[in-house]
Amino acid sequence: MISNYSTKIGLEIHCQLTSLKSKLFCSCHCNYREYSPNENICPTCTGLPGTLPLLNQTAIEKAAMVCMALRCTIPNNILFYRKNYFYLDLPKNFQLTQYNAHGITSIGVDGLLGYGQGEARIRRVQLEEDPGRLSYVKGSSGSLIDYNRAGVPLVEIVTEPDFHDPKDVRLFLNKLASIVEHLGVCDTSLEGAVRCDANISIGDSRRVEIKNVSSFGDVEKALKFEMTRQKAMLNYEMEIRGETRHWDEQRKITKQSRTKEEEQDYRYFSEPDIPSIQIDEDYLKELHSKMPELPDERKERFINYYNLTEHVSKVLIEHKDLADYFEESAKIYFAPKEISSIIVTDLMSYVDDNSKKLGSTIRYIKMSPKQLAEIARMIKEGIVNRKTAKQLLYEAVVSGKLITSSENETNFRKIDDEGLILRSIENVFETESLAVLDAKKNPNVSNYLLGKVMELTKGRVDPGRALSQINKKLLEY
Amino acid sequence: MSRLCDLSLDEVTDGIRNQHFSAEDYVSHILERIAKLDADIKAFVSVNSDHAIESARRIDSKIRRGEKVGYLAGITVGIKDNISTKGLRTTCASRVLADYVPPYDATVIRKLKESDAIVIGKLNLDEFAMGSTTEFSNFGPTRNPWNLDYVTGGSSGGSAAAVAAAECTASLGSDTGGSVRCPASFCSVVGFKPTYGSVSRYGLIAYSNSLEQIGPIARTVSGVVRVMNVISGVDPNDDTTRTVASPYSVESNRNHLRIALLNNLTVNAQPEVSKCIYSAMDTLSSAGCICEEITLDSLEFALASYYVIAMAEASSNLARYDNIRYGFDLDPEGYEWNSYFSKVRSNFGEEVKRRIIVGTYVLSSGYYGRYYLKAQKVRALLRREFKSLYSKYDVIIAPTMPILPFKIGEKIGDPIKIYYMDIDTVISNLTGMPAISIPAGFSNGLPIGLQIMSDDFQEQKIFDAALLFERTAKIQVRSPL
Repeated sequence: MISNYSTKIGLEIHCQLTSLKSKLFCSCHCNYREYSPNENICPTCTGLPGTLPLLNQTAIEKAAMVCMALRCTIPNNILFYRKNYFYLDLPKNFQLTQYNAHGITSIGVDGLLGYGQGEARIRRVQLEEDPGRLSYVKGSSGSLIDYNRAGVPLVEIVTEPDFHDPKDVRLFLNKLASIVEHLGVCDTSLEGAVRCDANISIGDSRRVEIKNVSSFGDVEKALKFEMTRQKAMLNYEMEIRGETRHWDEQRKITKQSRTKEEEQDYRYFSEPDIPSIQIDEDYLKELHSKMPELPDERKERFINYYNLTEHVSKVLIEHKDLADYFEESAKIYFAPKEISSIIVTDLMSYVDDNSKKLGSTIRYIKMSPKQLAEIARMIKEGIVNRKTAKQLLYEAVVSGKLITSSENETNFRKIDDEGLILRSIENVFETESLAVLDAKKNPNVSNYLLGKVMELTKGRVDPGRALSQINKKLLEY
Repeated sequence: MSRLCDLSLDEVTDGIRNQHFSAEDYVSHILERIAKLDADIKAFVSVNSDHAIESARRIDSKIRRGEKVGYLAGITVGIKDNISTKGLRTTCASRVLADYVPPYDATVIRKLKESDAIVIGKLNLDEFAMGSTTEFSNFGPTRNPWNLDYVTGGSSGGSAAAVAAAECTASLGSDTGGSVRCPASFCSVVGFKPTYGSVSRYGLIAYSNSLEQIGPIARTVSGVVRVMNVISGVDPNDDTTRTVASPYSVESNRNHLRIALLNNLTVNAQPEVSKCIYSAMDTLSSAGCICEEITLDSLEFALASYYVIAMAEASSNLARYDNIRYGFDLDPEGYEWNSYFSKVRSNFGEEVKRRIIVGTYVLSSGYYGRYYLKAQKVRALLRREFKSLYSKYDVIIAPTMPILPFKIGEKIGDPIKIYYMDIDTVISNLTGMPAISIPAGFSNGLPIGLQIMSDDFQEQKIFDAALLFERTAKIQVRSPL
């Protein structure tokens, strides 16, 4: 039966080290996204004859930090290998990468990463260069090649097939994204900065690779689709072929790759132009002392220091910029509960509603953490009620402007004056005389009256107080 | 007075600096000589006439104004056509790079220019430096100035022939398995392969990265030493370069060198060659050196090991020639990209294709351990053995080539015979250690070279021994033409 098939999923994640200034082997910019095609290139990254790779030492450092965060073993002796294959986007027709078949020389091996309730073993982490990019022109048989990306440093993270459920894959990837964000090595919100290939096998069937998944969010969908497809095939006793399938982002299905990928022989051998890199204890110790706080540690701190709940802490640390936003705001006005709850409920839902992207888009909202702190202060000090606060919040998010109490205090100050409240109620009773009559028979209608009062006062009266006044007044009628 | 073209490197720089003749006179004379001789010798694939004259005038005016000029001011240097020269076509004697003009200078070129040396032109070679005769060139073979029917040796045949024919003061070659020393021996000039990491390879179009070094060729040992003083040293553009003990001295103060003759290599050599090397040993002994013979059994595996490694690396290095970013004129319209690659790459010459195919084979899964890995083990073994030899000896001598130069076309159909020629030279490329070839005599008018090798970064010991031999043996250095 379907439910008895055991599913094994393994991942291969490519993560650009976007925080670096230069490419892995030359001084061209790592941030290739701002350039016109083939503007961010040099003789080295286009593989001109006679050029030599010059290893970016900082890339080693950043990749080693990723390894430490994933609890990998880092060998003493690091080597680069050539992976030989012909493809248009590969300037040298080999890729400089790492390889462990002739001794462990990739930047990290044998790691472990916990996520949600589970954990996955990390088989290896390796540093390698990104190829260029092809683009196909509509209505033309030709393709264009842009080498701006060629040579951008990537860490490739390969897991053991330790996942059984696509949902876990999503949790794992979120955790991983948060880690590289916290390490400051990768801005995962940049297009193409993180990519994930997955392999999946069901029962004794052959492994199927899923490629071309360009966002972490789609990995889960692709795997779910693939599981359904394969289980259906098994139910009809159809054989599952070992193959590579591509994720079709538009149609949300996996498709058999057009070209049949034969077993490639990459003829790996170590790159003679890059001397082996020695990593000693002192280097690792120093690096360890430089490690930034990781999501797990941060979560604990949020719980202990700010007294936040496990849930709220977890939501915050899932995206570094969300957690940063919170902390910056809480630093200005220490109301962590209030601030975190505004972020997790109001802000997140706003961001979710207004962008297909994940919560990391908080950086694109215009409201500053200082303004959020100010809103929290106004709530705490009873200057505004929650409804007004929310209104202020959304205005600030869109415009970057917060109408603060000093600017137009009376406009937003809660109406405390009993006489003022009464006058507003009287006004409503005058204009809504029919409703008032109804309300005398049907208590629910008093809520309608309350709404009118709130409308009139722009929500500045306390609804509880107003309602009891309304009810009192109804009795007088 | 001798002809300007016959002057040694030191004589040229002295003559120009002291205004005995101008750089322009000298360069013009050299250009005339190229124009006169090179139709027969075919050492040059490009002559940099206009630039050369311009540079010479600049040097002359500096001298007239009393300004300081560079260490190599006014010398004319020919450059093997696999070393990148900005704005000057660099072909590797291959059809696939027929139209390639590098946008940058190799580090050695930059350093030469900074020392006021003049790049006089680009020199012929076996395609991508793959060969030992300079017959595998898209431009046709270069001819040996000592006898135009004979090969120059290779792959830096143009570099050695141009110097031997006095078409330039000195030249640069590249030595992957003997490519500087072999033609130096066949053309009776001095050719040097530096310690791996002494000279930047930035801009040298790679054949086999882990084996090769750029090296100078001149008619005198001091000429070679002076060029080394300019081109060697750490280069931020080449992570495999190391600090060297330069400047090297051209005064040999050592004449009690401990010398070993590797007699495996004389035993295997043609008798005329062997005889010449023994007489060279006698010359060194008479000059005060302590000489003895040694045998090293592991040398048996050197040649096979060399070719496995060189071809493996070559197969990968040459993968980039797909004609997409640079190359030659071939319209891609109508080709699917894989078939375009095939079409482009069918333009490699026979020898290059052979090495790409063999190199691809030895790296293939299932064969890696049998060939590539084993070759690397031999390499490590040789290094260990030579390290231990150099604890007992300052330098080791041997023939540069096991045979005399032969006629053009004589061996071209037999690649194994040609590979076999490298048996004495590949050793230093595998160990990474330095080696020189200097003229040691003639047999029937055909040159024989003496090879002197030493330990890592002990170039001075080699230069000392070579200077001593040059001074004592007095082999003809004047051009044959």
